[in-house]
Amino acid sequence: MLAARDVTVSFDGGVVLDRVGVEVADGEIVALLGPSGSGKSTLLRVIAGIVVPDAGRVLVDGVDVTGLPTHRRRIGMVFQDEQLFGHRDVARNVAYGLEVAKVPRSERAHRVAELLDLVGLPGFERRAVQDLSGGEAKRVALARALAPEPRAILLDEPLTGLDRDLHDRLAGEVAQILRRTGTPALWVTHDLAEAEAVADRIEHLR
Amino acid sequence: MAVPALVLAVFYAWPFGALLARVVDADSVVDVVRDPDTREVVWYSTWQAALSTALTLAVAIGPAVVLGRYRFRGRTLLLGLLTATFVLPTVVMAAAVDALAPDGVGGTAAVVVAHVLFNIAVVVRIVGASVAASADGPDHAAATLGAGPWRRFVDVTLPSVRGAVAAAGAIVFVFCFTSFGVVRVLGDGRATVEVEIWRRATVAGDVDAAAVLAVVQLVVVGLVLALTARRGATGVPADAGRGARRVQRAGERRAVVAAASFVAVATLVPIAAMVARSLRGSDGWSTTAWRTLGRQEVRPGISLGVDPWDALLTSLRTAAWATAFAVAVGGLAIAAITVARRLGRALDAVLLLPLATSAVTVGLGMLIAFDEPPADWRASWWLLPVGQAMVAIPFVVRAAADVARRSDPDRLAAAAVLGASPLRAWATVALPVLWRPLLAGTGLAAAVALGEFGATSVLSRTGTVTAPVAIERLLARPGALAQSQGYALATLLAALTVAIVVLVEWIGRARRT
Repeated sequence: MLAARDVTVSFDGGVVLDRVGVEVADGEIVALLGPSGSGKSTLLRVIAGIVVPDAGRVLVDGVDVTGLPTHRRRIGMVFQDEQLFGHRDVARNVAYGLEVAKVPRSERAHRVAELLDLVGLPGFERRAVQDLSGGEAKRVALARALAPEPRAILLDEPLTGLDRDLHDRLAGEVAQILRRTGTPALWVTHDLAEAEAVADRIEHLR
Repeated sequence: MAVPALVLAVFYAWPFGALLARVVDADSVVDVVRDPDTREVVWYSTWQAALSTALTLAVAIGPAVVLGRYRFRGRTLLLGLLTATFVLPTVVMAAAVDALAPDGVGGTAAVVVAHVLFNIAVVVRIVGASVAASADGPDHAAATLGAGPWRRFVDVTLPSVRGAVAAAGAIVFVFCFTSFGVVRVLGDGRATVEVEIWRRATVAGDVDAAAVLAVVQLVVVGLVLALTARRGATGVPADAGRGARRVQRAGERRAVVAAASFVAVATLVPIAAMVARSLRGSDGWSTTAWRTLGRQEVRPGISLGVDPWDALLTSLRTAAWATAFAVAVGGLAIAAITVARRLGRALDAVLLLPLATSAVTVGLGMLIAFDEPPADWRASWWLLPVGQAMVAIPFVVRAAADVARRSDPDRLAAAAVLGASPLRAWATVALPVLWRPLLAGTGLAAAVALGEFGATSVLSRTGTVTAPVAIERLLARPGALAQSQGYALATLLAALTVAIVVLVEWIGRARRT
């Protein structure tokens, strides 16, 4: 279970989040809906540990992780612009979290193949990330985030910028993949239709 | 347009041609290249430069990343300290390291330390700018995948600044390879190519051999720059840091404190040591060195033969002329770039040439060219300032060329259409954006001229003693008083140089609002 409670953040004097909270139960997909500038991304960054809040707590399975740096939280994230590593190919992008966790090489290769299968990109291992289409890059980003088996996954406008057709197809697929892995997911979007299509529950952020 | 081109032709192209002519004429080319001494100096230049570069990168990349990435109080001050260190004359930095080194430690070790201290600023500027310009996203992505700070530094940060590191490394290598003042003051007799050119041309009187060595050095420097030119660094200034991160966690705070302390110690401690040594007599603290700066006779009947105060005045006079020449020529060139596109471009590139040619080579070329009628100018008072100006011109051009290149001739046309005469159009449209970088260039030129040692060493044979020359002589002398006077004069020269650069920066800033 993932929870954020009473999170308050201000940047340079302006209050971005004022005692905001959200909860995601195990196996649940929650959509966090709000207009741009409402602090959705900031809340995700607080939960990921990229932004340290002025007040409030982040809990994973009931344990307070607010004081932990990002890399010790085991919370995965799919970034709006993917943030794939340009100097690594697809396989080494997906394997990165496994390398860091010191998973043996043979097991890594096996797991990468499995994940690429899961996201519908079998055989893409040696591709350069620069050559991927928009949809393929999203899938790789999802596979990379899922690889180290995070305790929860955060998705920051994961489908923004894709054309309508691809957007609708991918929305269904990603939600399905998340359900199959059973990873609790917090999905940020400004698109009500997208939220209704993918989420078990919708939270609004004003 | 014509003036800068003419000046460049007479004081750069001609001397350089004369130098090349010497090389072609010399029967001794083969002898010089085969000479084991030549190989020895090339080898020494290379390995000490490689070692200096490796050490500089090793100690400076960490602070560069921290200063580029985080915003924190005191960051601007640290960048200022680095800039101040970088504009210090080479003999002053050498004096500072000499003051810092325990007795008996010297030679190459001291040379390398001085090179490292000098060039930390280069690495922090170039690599820091690259870090500041690169997005945080990949770093955050790696963190969400479980990578700790060190892992992210190696896996994400270093690959993203590789180009900047290569560019900084090349510049540092060239600086160290052509090192002159530092090696003259601190060296243990082993010479870099630059020092050997000077030694052959002046002490040994073998101008032909010196000319051959100058060409050898030019080829090596050209090769290094050509090999690394393609991996250009980003042109973003290190103080761009608008998107810089806040310091949020204890780990980040520790990194910032470590980087800040390192920069502060590396820039301030050598200078402090130099000041302290200037106040040290043979028995305890003493202000004798400072009190006797202006006197030939330090005690009745005893003279050091070097008058520090007089040398400083000579330096000020020479540097003032050199700055005036450099700004006049550089400024005209800049003006030409704003008015005429194509010819201006050519001038822009050509005026940077003296930067690729070492200072001693510039001096040597002038020594060879202006030795006989119709141009027997060796005894002219203005030859030394012109030589220093040739070394300083590229700094003026570089400071303002970016802005000049962006100036659109159509905007001048727009002013003309509104009825402005060409001169008025230029003064009201081009000049307002140019004066600030030109002012910065003027400050840099003055700093360069004040501390100029390479061209000066070759051209001042007739006995003009500038402050850097006096510092080198005083420090080379036995006796506590001469040493202390050397440190005192170096302190004065350092203060002057930094004051000029700070003053210019301050004027530029004050008028920005």
